[in-house]
Amino acid sequence: MPTEFAGSQYLIEGIYLIASALFILSLKWMSSPTTARHGILAGEIGMVLAIAGTLLHHGIVDYKWIIIGLVLGSGIGVPLGMVQMTAVPQRTALSHAFGALCVTLVGTAEFYLRSPDVPKFMMSVLSLEVILGGLTFTGSLIAAGKLQEVLPQRPITYKGQNLVNLALFAVAITLAVYLVLHPEAKQFFPVIVGIALVFGVFLVIPIGGADMPTVISLLNSYAGLSAAAMGFVLNSKLLIIAGALDGSSGLILSVIMCKAMNRSFTNVLFGAFGQVQPSAAAGEEAKPVRSATPEEAAAILAAANKVVVVPGYGMAVAQAQHKVRELYDALTKKGVDVRFAIHPVAGRMPGHMNVLLAEADIPYDRLIEMDEINGDFPQTDVALVIGANDVTNPAARTDQSSPIFGMPILDVDKAHTVMVIKRSMNPGFAGIDNPLYYLENNLMLFGDAKQFVGAIVRELGGGH
Amino acid sequence: MGSNLIDALFVFMLAAFIGFEVIRHVSPLLHTPLMSLTNALDAIAVVGAIVLVGEKKSTFATVLGVIAIVAATSNVVGGFFITDRMLRMFKSSRPTK
Repeated sequence: MPTEFAGSQYLIEGIYLIASALFILSLKWMSSPTTARHGILAGEIGMVLAIAGTLLHHGIVDYKWIIIGLVLGSGIGVPLGMVQMTAVPQRTALSHAFGALCVTLVGTAEFYLRSPDVPKFMMSVLSLEVILGGLTFTGSLIAAGKLQEVLPQRPITYKGQNLVNLALFAVAITLAVYLVLHPEAKQFFPVIVGIALVFGVFLVIPIGGADMPTVISLLNSYAGLSAAAMGFVLNSKLLIIAGALDGSSGLILSVIMCKAMNRSFTNVLFGAFGQVQPSAAAGEEAKPVRSATPEEAAAILAAANKVVVVPGYGMAVAQAQHKVRELYDALTKKGVDVRFAIHPVAGRMPGHMNVLLAEADIPYDRLIEMDEINGDFPQTDVALVIGANDVTNPAARTDQSSPIFGMPILDVDKAHTVMVIKRSMNPGFAGIDNPLYYLENNLMLFGDAKQFVGAIVRELGGGH
Repeated sequence: MGSNLIDALFVFMLAAFIGFEVIRHVSPLLHTPLMSLTNALDAIAVVGAIVLVGEKKSTFATVLGVIAIVAATSNVVGGFFITDRMLRMFKSSRPTK
């Protein structure tokens, strides 16, 4: 490419420069809901410009298959853009897989086109590209499968698992280093790709549903870094920039998720959280809990001044968000101040609850972050927990022996009255008992979230 | 090659810093659309696949390239589409009520 920098090449690079600026602006405008839709427009313009500019590339001799690919991809993309909001986590995982697939395939093709004389640096980034791309591809597919529940959500663990994973990774790196030094040893390349693919599967199968927000963010970061590596291979600054932006975005989200669970990266990846703690679960017989009917719950809510609703993954599973909106309307009409407390890891991906509640038409200024709302719980009349468990567990503050000790939680137990909608007393996903349920100011509302909220709304005289 | 590499590393470093600074200011409210947007932008990898297919250097490369174009384009289209749908849902209570 650098040999003859033809006129069209200057034009293409100029277009790429504009596209890069638009991508950065696009992310900058995502900082607030009022400007976010400009951000999409900027991103779209940048993308169309970049693709159009690429088509001017002087090396392109045949457009037929490019057009076919673009049309087919758009055909798949439209239904993927129309999925239900509850299915957004698995859709996101699937798109990480597609992005990584693209990068891995291009990297593989580039290797065979360039081999055997691949410069050392080129070979290093090529290896990085296909290793990161390969493991992100299969890892994201497994994550999507778990989220779609075609695969078991429980962590799949076995003895020596971490050792096997580390060994696999070490073999891939060793082979990559060998290939950098001896680029003519072509036969090792497919082995490296194969190991990366297997490694991705092994990396994600031990991870439970509750850790999905971190894993999706981490896979997002890997997808970005592999794209940046591809940018180094193709000497494309645009690709390096887009990959670096995506990589840092994923990394920031992973760090936020880890902090919200008080866990480290290594702990998420190698800890296999979510196993039932036999000692904790077996210990005690049923402690007394107090429960209430929808009528009683409605009366308590109607008498309150301030209500904070705490939604969790259970609300998404029960598809209860629209009923929750009716509850919000009915209470607001009675002059009750209703807000929503959003824990960073509630749901299966960063921001999951916000999107579900926004879909149900709940104004976004009613959705309050954990740090902001925690101080308000002592002045809250009723905290209504819908399908959330571990993020409200006071043991995280007090019980040093609890596996979630130290995790920041929503302090619902400080509200005057706590009401928890739950199917039964079974422990939550992580298998950890929640002392909240035995507190004196707590009422259990046993039943399906959607039906129970619906029953409360009927009592309040709203909804249909 | 040498200077290209150094340039590329500088670009990567600067872009990573810009990414950190810009994304740190994204409200947690919008983390889901943020992820679908960065996903769509990341699918710019499609340009590499387009050149690969267009240059027609080998059948193998063309086949892999076409699959890559399909995968990346579905991310571009699906990613922008769903991000837009999500953002349209975010409404403030002030203007309407």
